[in-house]
Order: sequence, then structure tokens, then C-alpha cells
Amino acid sequence: MRTPLRPLAHILPARLRGENTDRIEAENIRQRHEEMRDRARARAESRLLFVAVLFLAGFSVIGARMTVLASSEAVEPQASASSASIVAQRANIVDRNGRVLATNLITNSLYAQPQQMIEPERAVTELVKIFPDLDQKRLLKDFTGERKFLWVKRKISPEQQQAVHEIGEPGLLFGPREMRLYPNGRLASHILGGASFGREGVHSAEVIGTAGVEKAFDDYLRDPALEGAPLQLSIDMTIQSAMRRVLDGGMKLMNAKGATAILMKVDTGEVISLVSLPDFDPNTRPRVLTEGDASDSPLFNRAVQGVYELGSTFKIFAAAQALELGLVNPNTMIDTKGPMRWGRYKIRDFHDYGKTLSVTDVIVKSSNIGTARMALNIGAKRQKEFLKGLGFFDPTPVELVEAPGAKPLLPPKWSDISTMTISYGHGMAASPLHLASAYATVVGGGTLVKPTLIKARGVTKGPRVMSERTSAMARSMLHQVVERGTASFAKGTGYAVGGKTGTADKPKTRGGGYYDDKVIATFASAFPMNDPEYVLVVTLDEPSENSGKKPRRTAGWTAVPVAAEIVKRTAPLLGLRPIETGPETGVTTVKY
Amino acid sequence: MRGLLFGLFALVVMGMAYWSYSENYKTRDSLRTATALQREIGASRETLAVLQAEWAYLNRPERLADLADLNFERLQLLPITSSQFGTVTQVAFPPATFDIEELTGSIEVRGQVADQSSPDGDYP
Repeated sequence: MRTPLRPLAHILPARLRGENTDRIEAENIRQRHEEMRDRARARAESRLLFVAVLFLAGFSVIGARMTVLASSEAVEPQASASSASIVAQRANIVDRNGRVLATNLITNSLYAQPQQMIEPERAVTELVKIFPDLDQKRLLKDFTGERKFLWVKRKISPEQQQAVHEIGEPGLLFGPREMRLYPNGRLASHILGGASFGREGVHSAEVIGTAGVEKAFDDYLRDPALEGAPLQLSIDMTIQSAMRRVLDGGMKLMNAKGATAILMKVDTGEVISLVSLPDFDPNTRPRVLTEGDASDSPLFNRAVQGVYELGSTFKIFAAAQALELGLVNPNTMIDTKGPMRWGRYKIRDFHDYGKTLSVTDVIVKSSNIGTARMALNIGAKRQKEFLKGLGFFDPTPVELVEAPGAKPLLPPKWSDISTMTISYGHGMAASPLHLASAYATVVGGGTLVKPTLIKARGVTKGPRVMSERTSAMARSMLHQVVERGTASFAKGTGYAVGGKTGTADKPKTRGGGYYDDKVIATFASAFPMNDPEYVLVVTLDEPSENSGKKPRRTAGWTAVPVAAEIVKRTAPLLGLRPIETGPETGVTTVKY
Repeated sequence: MRGLLFGLFALVVMGMAYWSYSENYKTRDSLRTATALQREIGASRETLAVLQAEWAYLNRPERLADLADLNFERLQLLPITSSQFGTVTQVAFPPATFDIEELTGSIEVRGQVADQSSPDGDYP
């Protein structure tokens, strides 16, 4: 009900009294305004309250949801269609063509809870029948003693599991185990390394890499975000198998105690094949030697861990640097009159090569004196820089856990005599893998090549170490070594092979000079020589070829024939076109 | 009028309740199917992994080489050598006329070896 501002009931008496009626109106207006103000405030307050309640509700919903999320156990979303649910906790390792090198297999582990056992004595005798390697006395002591829990076997096969079931002992229990399996056995043992169990529980166990790629890529292989995408190596299984077979035969034929071969792609530095013999089966990885020489263990990777003086294979680096610096050209005559005296040292050649030889012939005939003279011209400082540029001062960057430990051995003081001996590969030791990447750098156009075990997605050129022209001259020299020099056994493979031999006496392990009858024979080569695509380094440990009257130990007689056989076997598999042979030497045509 | 509206509203509410009830059951059913399928996929993957491992084991180069040696009399397989590569000039052009009518079962593939002595490749 709206009250009038000037109600007659008040106005008329006021007029009679002679009062100002405006005051009544003003009073009424004031009252009305007060009412309006009170209403507005009440409305505003109620709105504020409403908003506050809304906020409170919102925050409590969020808070409640957070509490629920924090306190409840995580459940996999069932409704969403997950593309790949992970089965294996560790990704596979495959070769460059996708063939499996390492995978997982679900097996069982066997454990015992002795307090639940009914006939522990019978269980022990039955178990020993199934697993003859178990210690019966020890097991009986464990089963009848205080122990509440013990592992009997880490991995058992389904047949063994059935046999244990048939014992019928309730105290013998099984837990699922994921086991790492290397289906190819010894094939790529040093590359793959091996795996073992980390933290173990009854229901599952961690599989961790113990060596090689398995350890180097442990985090990658176990990363669940990758959803089990396999790790693809640069290794080619077919080539690896062929090379291992040939090298194994060659090692036995040459009576060597160890051998290693590396086949590397020149443009990318990918290691296509890497074999070190003797090797082992990564499925049953042998124990690490606790005493004696680590290099006698089959676990020792000669290609990466073995640092050897690699002998005359180093000569091409001195020649290439002299060419690069413009000190010589391939036809410059070098004084090779021997023996060369330097202080109290004498440098000799294997044979006397006369008074002078051209630079090419110094390499072809492998003259120590000629190389030493070139190195003296280059000087210690520049030689050091050059070898450093080729990667001879640091461990190889290859993705093996053993690689960083294999640091090249350098002379403590780089004197003139060191400069001279290092130019022909003595007084400094490096691994065959160092040599392979340095040769790839030299023959592949002069840009640094870094070795890798991971399949490359494209070619990335490293920093330039020498000019394209020097690289071409070095290629020609290496080819001539095979055509008319120390590596003539590498002729007739059907491919243009070029390379340099190197025979170095083995240093005595306790110091004090070198053995007379123990050598490291190396052949570092590349093929096809007109446009090198692959570098092959073969190193034999203590070879001796006994078909002649006296045992022959030089690389030309031992490492080169093995390398030639490897080229013969692998180059066709690599899809390389053989050199054009005339009709008389005969491409055999296949008729149906 | 009002009563009619209320009645209609009540009917709509009942209809919605029935619909959401049935949807709820359908969803639960689908979830059960999905879980079962996922379990099946998991089991299949496990089997697949085992089969792949077995395939890799049976196809290991060592075993294949031994098998090739064992069956040499039948297969006569030898390692590939560089002498098995030929040049394009050794492959003869196919004959100009080609009689399709004669194709009855298997096709015999036959190439003629070019005469190497003639440098320009005089194909017979």
C-alpha cells in the first residue's frame, strides 16, 4: 500500500493550525526513502549471501574431489580406448631391419615358505631331482630352519614348473617373472651386454641392464612414456652373423687368442657389425673375473675396451697431415736410409727400402723411417692437434656403457721421439673403434665421423679435419697398399679394397719392453675404394700363421686374409656392386 | 491447466529417470565388455610376444646356416659371392613377339645370355 505524500487527514488539521504543510510532505518523503533504502540493503545482503554460498559450494566440491583423488587408489580409466596397453616393462631391442635382438618372456620364479611345508625332506630330494645344480644339504638346512621365506630359483621353465607342481608341496610357490631373452645367443653379445634382476618382489621383479647397450639405454628401455617402442640399433644381424663366422674361423686358422672386427658405415658412422672374440651368451652371462687380466675374460670387448698400440695403421695419418699442410705431395721423395738415429734411439724398417722412397711408397711399403721423417717435419704440436681432431684423445662416444672407461693411452710427455714413434703407431694406444672412426674420417672426405650404435635418420657432417683433396690422395695410397704393397692378400675379393696393415709387438704386462713373439696384427681398410662406403677394421691378438718354415706374425699374413674373407662374404650382402670383371674372369651367369 | 502441466512434468521426470537408469546399465555393460576385451588384448599381446620371441629364436642366423648345411643336397644353398652379380648388358631383351595364348600354368622365366665378346652388345 502506497501512502500518499500529502494525506488529507494530516494536511487539513495542519492548515487549520496555520502550519506549513510542506513539512508533512518532507517528513513523508524521508520515511519513504528510508523504507526504500532498507529494502535495497536487504536485497543486496541476500545477494551477497547467495554468492557466498555459491562460492562455498564450489570450493567444497573441488576440495572434496581433491580429497577423494588423494585418498583413493588409482584406477585405470576403463572407458577410454587406450591404444597400447604395456605388457612388457622393458622395450625390445631390434636390429636395423627390425629383427629382434632382445625381447622379454614371461616365466616363473620359485620360492619357498618353509613354515607352510608338510614334508620338507621329501621336497628337498624331489627339488634336487628337478634342479641338479641345487645344494641338497644347504636346502635342507634352509627348509627345516628358522627361515620364513627363501628364493629357490629365479627363472624356471614351464616344464620345470609342472614338475615342481607335481611334488605337491604347499610351501613351494611361484611368482611371475619377466625374463630378458636374447634369441640369437652369442651373436651380438658384446653390443647387447646383458640384463639381470634389480629389486625383487614376489609378484614382479625389476629387469635392469648390466652391460652394453642394455645398461647404456636402461632409462630409455624402461620409459613407460614410449609405450614399448623398440630401440633400433645400427647393427645388421645378417652381416653380424656372417662376420662372426668368418672371424671365428680366421681366429682359429691364425692361432690367435682373440680377435675383433668392426664394420662401419663411412657417411654416418653407424656400426653395422661389431664382433669381439671370444664372446659369451648374454642369456647366461658369465661372472666378472675377480683376479687376473680382465682382457682374458670373454666379457672383455676388444673392439671398444681393448686399447692397443695399433702399429703402422697410423702411418696414413702422418702422411695425410703432411699432405694437408702442403709439406709434401704423393710423389715427394723422402729419405729412408736406415737405421735412423735420434738421440739414443734407433728407428729401423722391416726391410731396407733403399735411400729414398716417394710418400706413396712410404705408405705402400710401410717404412717407419719415412713416416718418422714426415712426422718430424710436422712437429709435435701440430701432430697432437691433428690426432685430437680425429678423436684419438678421448674415449669413443659410442653408446656402450664400457666405452667411457676405455681412454686412449698417450705418452706423458710428447717429445720428438714420441712424435716419431706415434707416427708409425707405437707409444700410443687406442681402441680398434677409434681406428675405425678415424679411417672413416680419412677416406670419407675428411669430415669427422663419430661411431654410433643407433640407426641414423640421416647424414650429419662433422667438423672438417682435412680437405676433400687430401682425403682423395689418402684413398689412392691406401688402395695401392692393397694393389702392390703389404696387404696384397686383400686383392681378388671382387671389390676394390684399400687399407693399411699394422703389426705391433705386445708390451709386457709387468712393464719392461715388448714380447718378441706376441703381436697385435691389425688391418684397417675401406671398400669400395672409388667411393668408400664401409670401413672394416680387423685386429687379431697374438696371431701366428704356421704354414711356412717360420711362423709368420705380420698383419699382411694374418689379419689381411681374414679381412679379405670378411669383405668377400659381407660386401655382396651389403648390396655392393663388384668391380667390373672382364668376360674371361667370368661373371657366372645363372641359367634355369 | 496447472494440474495438466504438473502431470506432464511428472511424466517427463519419470521418462528421464527411466532413460538415465537404462543408460547407466548400458554403460556398465559396455565397461564390462571393454575390460574383458582389454584383458583379451593383453593376453593376445603376451602370446604375440612369446611367438615373436620364438620366431626370432627359430630364425637365428646360426640355426638357418646349420639348416642350409644340413639340407645342402636338396637346396644347394651357398653364401652369396661377388661373382653372382651381373651387369645389365648380360640380360637379353625379351623377344619382340609374345604369345599370350600359350600361357597355361606356371610361367617359365628364361633370359638369354648376351655374347660378351661383341663390345656393343649384339643381342641374339
